[in-house]
Amino acid sequence: MTAARLERRLAELRTARRPALIAYLTIGDPSVEDSLACARAALEAGADVLELGVPFSDPTADGPVIAAAAHRAIQAGGSLRAALRVAEALRRESDAPLVLFTYMNPILAFGERELPSAAVRAGADAALVVDLPPEEGQALRGAAREAELALIPLVAPTTSRERMDHLLAGARGFAYYVSVTGVTGSGDAPLAEAGREAAALQQRSGVPVVVGFGIDTPAKARLAAAAGAAGIVVGTALVRRIAAETSPAARLAAVAELVGALRSALEPA
Amino acid sequence: MTAPAPRPGWFAEFGGRFVAETLVPALAELETAVTSIVPSEDFQREWRELLRTYVGRPTPLTRATRLASRLDPSGEALAALWLKREDLCHTGAHKINNALGQVLLALRLGKQRIIAETGAGQHGVATATACALFGLPCEIYMGELDVERQAPNVSRMRMLGARVRPVASGSRTLKDAMNEALRDWVTHVRTTHYCVGSAAGPHPYPTLVAELQRPIGDEARAQLLAEAGRLPRAVVACVGGGSNAIGMFRAFEADDVALYGVEAAGEGIETGRHAATIGAGRVGVLHGARTLVLADDDGQIVEPHSVSAGLDYPGVGPEHAALARTGRATYLSATDDEALAAVRDVARAEGILIALETAHAFARIGDIARRERARSGAAVHVAVCLSGRGDKDLATLLARGLGDEVAS
Repeated sequence: MTAARLERRLAELRTARRPALIAYLTIGDPSVEDSLACARAALEAGADVLELGVPFSDPTADGPVIAAAAHRAIQAGGSLRAALRVAEALRRESDAPLVLFTYMNPILAFGERELPSAAVRAGADAALVVDLPPEEGQALRGAAREAELALIPLVAPTTSRERMDHLLAGARGFAYYVSVTGVTGSGDAPLAEAGREAAALQQRSGVPVVVGFGIDTPAKARLAAAAGAAGIVVGTALVRRIAAETSPAARLAAVAELVGALRSALEPA
Repeated sequence: MTAPAPRPGWFAEFGGRFVAETLVPALAELETAVTSIVPSEDFQREWRELLRTYVGRPTPLTRATRLASRLDPSGEALAALWLKREDLCHTGAHKINNALGQVLLALRLGKQRIIAETGAGQHGVATATACALFGLPCEIYMGELDVERQAPNVSRMRMLGARVRPVASGSRTLKDAMNEALRDWVTHVRTTHYCVGSAAGPHPYPTLVAELQRPIGDEARAQLLAEAGRLPRAVVACVGGGSNAIGMFRAFEADDVALYGVEAAGEGIETGRHAATIGAGRVGVLHGARTLVLADDDGQIVEPHSVSAGLDYPGVGPEHAALARTGRATYLSATDDEALAAVRDVARAEGILIALETAHAFARIGDIARRERARSGAAVHVAVCLSGRGDKDLATLLARGLGDEVAS
């Protein structure tokens, strides 16, 4: 399982000619229990893969929406350990691939050699470490290889073609193409261009490449998908919907509505 | 298991480049510039000319006789105290050395806009000054709390034409300003140079900033040999991120000279309200480098505290983390109250109003002299980096009651 589960699922979707819908949640916003309920709702509404966002106090790659969610989440007990508990609960009831989405510092506090096996035991299949370019974190990478936890590479619009190929060499699971030079939640991402880049990169590397940052409507999801992305990630838009609601039921309905609409937009014609 | 070969940007187990992929190409470009442009004759000529004719370098070395006898009345421990006068740099602190160098570099890289973070405002003022000198637009990120407590520097930056962007997140101090500057940079990386003020951040910043602050130590070493006829037994500097300290230390690293950094103990390390990263931190990643940080068991950064905005930072430059780990340098700390008292003592003994940051170094001079006296068996020479002047802190000093006894 683990990296293999993620790869198998993406291969199935490819055969079905449907781009993957990847939903991001900040674990602990507004509470760890709510995040678990929202995760279930997202899966029920058609999310194929979940990114379990580990809140970090100083999220420099995130825009104001996810940064604020992270601060609320920390107050409410969100953490890497809480994200692992959520993964564990989800794994008991679902076979959907789970990706830990985190910064490096929580991993160092947990133990970089210890995290990968703990993550796999909890049922996670991959980790995406926002501030860990491939040159760094060799101890974590070694442990991840051993535990078969995929480490998802990020590719940015500023990345040279040569470096893109280097980033994807030997990558497990998928690669994440950042649509815009900016932080999460950036407004006017050139999604068609990002989708084309993702498709070209996928063609060269054989690794599925998904597009994230700036996708907050079904139309934008379709734009990236139609251009050839293997999947799309929705993060800020979902976090914003969750934050806007005050009752647990309304939160679940908001998650179901947005995820459902995005899923419909990605169905093959 | 054999130790891995040292990589550029690493100091023992600290340093590296822990950033979002978007920034990697810009950092690689900057790294190339650091190794090719900075040592070039053309760059060195222009930068050193500015240091001489605009900044006022070399800054003097002052012998502090009255302060020395106040700190060590018997004269048994402290034979002489020397002050490296970075407060006499244009703009009032060592920060201008680095800001001018980085702006010259940015121009050579074709960048059209400069951003920076600032805590005490000295780096902000220095960057705004360098940008005014070269006609570049400049935006300075500064925590709201610091905007409040370092108001004179905010006015100076605005007068120089820089846009000051107050940051309301987190502890509203230097750490949060750096977060926001990094977010700006990740968004405008193609056109913008991020002028980091501390010897912190992702590679190549710690190396670049240390190189651009190196004149402090190089000058001090030559001046000490000329004035004192000898090297000091100990060199002392305050440490937040650690730029003045590393600029001072590098010149003495190969000598038989003890290196002391002094961190901010805030209200006392035992209270948890402090910024003593080396004294009480753990290994972590903050602002792009693996270094020592103040963090909890979940890896969340703990909000630091110091009366001095420039030391109010939960990380430290990776080179300092390494110097502490190898034992080449010793890191002590001083509390808010000790720093405040040092400001008053230095003003009354020497007629120099030092910055609150700098005051932390001064608060430990007596202890360091006694310690080195015990080790060497004779009274010692101590050289301190007087990194900046304290005009910016007057509001804080008066609010804390300093000067009351004179006024009444």
